[in-house]
Amino acid sequence: MLILDQLINALQLGSIYALVALGYSMVYGIIKLLNFAHGDVIMVGGYIAIFSLAAGHHPALAFFLIVFGCTLLAVVMEKLAYTPLRTAPRISVLITAIGISILLQNLAQFFFEARPLPLHIPLPTGSINIAGTTLAYTMIITIMASVLSMLALNFVVSRTRLGKAMRAVSEDGEAAQLMGINVNNVVTFTFAVGAALAGIGAILYFVRFPVVTPTVGAMLGLKAFIAAVLGGIGSIPGAMFGGFAIGILEVLVTAAGFSRWTDGAVFLVLIIVLLVRPTGLMGRKIVEKV
Amino acid sequence: MKQFSLRMPVRYLINACLIIAFLIIGNIITQGELLSRAQNNIIIQVGFFIILAVSLNLSAGYLGQLPLGHAGFMAVGAYTGAIFWRMGVLPDGASVVVGLILAGLAAAVFGIIIGIPALRLKGDYLAIITLGFGEMIRVLINNLPSITGGAQGLAQIPRHSTFLVVYICMVVCCLVIHFIMKSRHGRAILSIRDNEIATESCGVNTTYYKVMAFVVSAFFAGIAGALYAGFLGILVPSDFDFMMSINILMIVVLGGMGSMLGSIVGAIVLTSMPLLMVDLARYRMIVYALLLIIVMIFKPSGLMGTYDFSLSAIIEKIGRRFSSGKVEKEKAQKGGDGNA
Repeated sequence: MLILDQLINALQLGSIYALVALGYSMVYGIIKLLNFAHGDVIMVGGYIAIFSLAAGHHPALAFFLIVFGCTLLAVVMEKLAYTPLRTAPRISVLITAIGISILLQNLAQFFFEARPLPLHIPLPTGSINIAGTTLAYTMIITIMASVLSMLALNFVVSRTRLGKAMRAVSEDGEAAQLMGINVNNVVTFTFAVGAALAGIGAILYFVRFPVVTPTVGAMLGLKAFIAAVLGGIGSIPGAMFGGFAIGILEVLVTAAGFSRWTDGAVFLVLIIVLLVRPTGLMGRKIVEKV
Repeated sequence: MKQFSLRMPVRYLINACLIIAFLIIGNIITQGELLSRAQNNIIIQVGFFIILAVSLNLSAGYLGQLPLGHAGFMAVGAYTGAIFWRMGVLPDGASVVVGLILAGLAAAVFGIIIGIPALRLKGDYLAIITLGFGEMIRVLINNLPSITGGAQGLAQIPRHSTFLVVYICMVVCCLVIHFIMKSRHGRAILSIRDNEIATESCGVNTTYYKVMAFVVSAFFAGIAGALYAGFLGILVPSDFDFMMSINILMIVVLGGMGSMLGSIVGAIVLTSMPLLMVDLARYRMIVYALLLIIVMIFKPSGLMGTYDFSLSAIIEKIGRRFSSGKVEKEKAQKGGDGNA
């Protein structure tokens, strides 16, 4: 059952991308900001995991610290760097985001050196056999965890007051403000939710690739961003779909024996999507106003 | 009253004198025993970073887009130049010139291929697609070992990048971009930055000018890449990663988007500082990243803004002050007469 194995493999990778892509997509949907530093939040999560586990914390506490640390980092980032630029031209905000990303990577390099650190996330090992296919527990946990997170996100966005406010701000920020919505709080909340999902994504990512380096988030972030663009940036179901699609694509390319071309294939998808349908598969068409 | 102003030939003469003066000073410094080898190398590195920054400034500062794939064009030029030079089909002098032109043309061809589709997009999307293309070029170089040496790289490239060569390329690059910006093409490019829709409705072919700016920018990035290859003598694909694009972008942004002087000063300061202060090199990227964020928050136009240096303009200013002083005196005397 080689195909089924690969499919499960792709689902595991795809669910990680989807979790990270959601953060990009939500933030972009709300303030039209491409948060370049989102991938680096995952790197920080990795270092928190190393220190927390080395300090002998219970895994549950360690997981909480990772998610909490990522969320806190994103909120601080938003308050210090993005809030003063709320009315600035988009290009300045984009450059700031790139600056934050470089800052985080180089701070990590400064404190922890560039050498890769091993990280073992304690999850139950072992596997079960279903219809001739061996399923590792970690795979099942990864897929379950990301599906649960996405369901929770869906509940928050569609059923709660804050979710309603988020949708309102992404529809029209000024009008939302006139309706009495505190736009700053909603934006901060969006960053926090995105980063919390990235924190969960970080745990699942390091289960699969157990090494932390200062630049580990850069490529992961880029691919997750491509997933968000593929699904239609600003759209939550689009980000989920894009994540899984990119995961499947990577596994397919690797399985076909072109493992050195996986990055190239992902970038090719980005280029094709942007040229053929820049709003992505599930995005709304943006009308240009004078 | 006629204002004091210099005529164009005089202005060109002043600039030509400046260029030659710098060339002679530079040659004396680099040929003599004044500087160590390391310091000479810094001067050459500053030279090709000036080309990179000034060329990126054309598409980032003047055109107002944010391409993140400048290192990709640099890589195309570097490998083209290196492969041509390694073949050694021409005598040395001609080989340098032909290699540089080929490198520029190859990068320009990639500029057209990438520019035409990419420039249909705007802002964030353009940034991402150019980043994607830049990475694609690196993946290609990495995976074509028969031509490019793959991940091991390309070694034994003839070291053609002397001070003279780098300096001439730098001057040509600055002059060409300066003349483009002073012409009607330049005004079209600037107006696209300020308001693309209004420009288009004035009958300017925006796509043409966007691609033109992009291709000229790529051409000079290619030349700078070839100079880089001829300076190091060895190329590896990882030299041209995303961080290289960001390094160039930092120079342009900190110097001032849309100011050639800003790009040049930025290139000199940001390239020579870490090389001169080796002890502080560890903090370099942290400081630059912080600077980038702080500058964006407090002065988004960059340290120089859009100010451009012009010696002729300064001479004119002094001349005007001098002559207007005289006029005022005359006026005062006349006024006095009238009252009496």
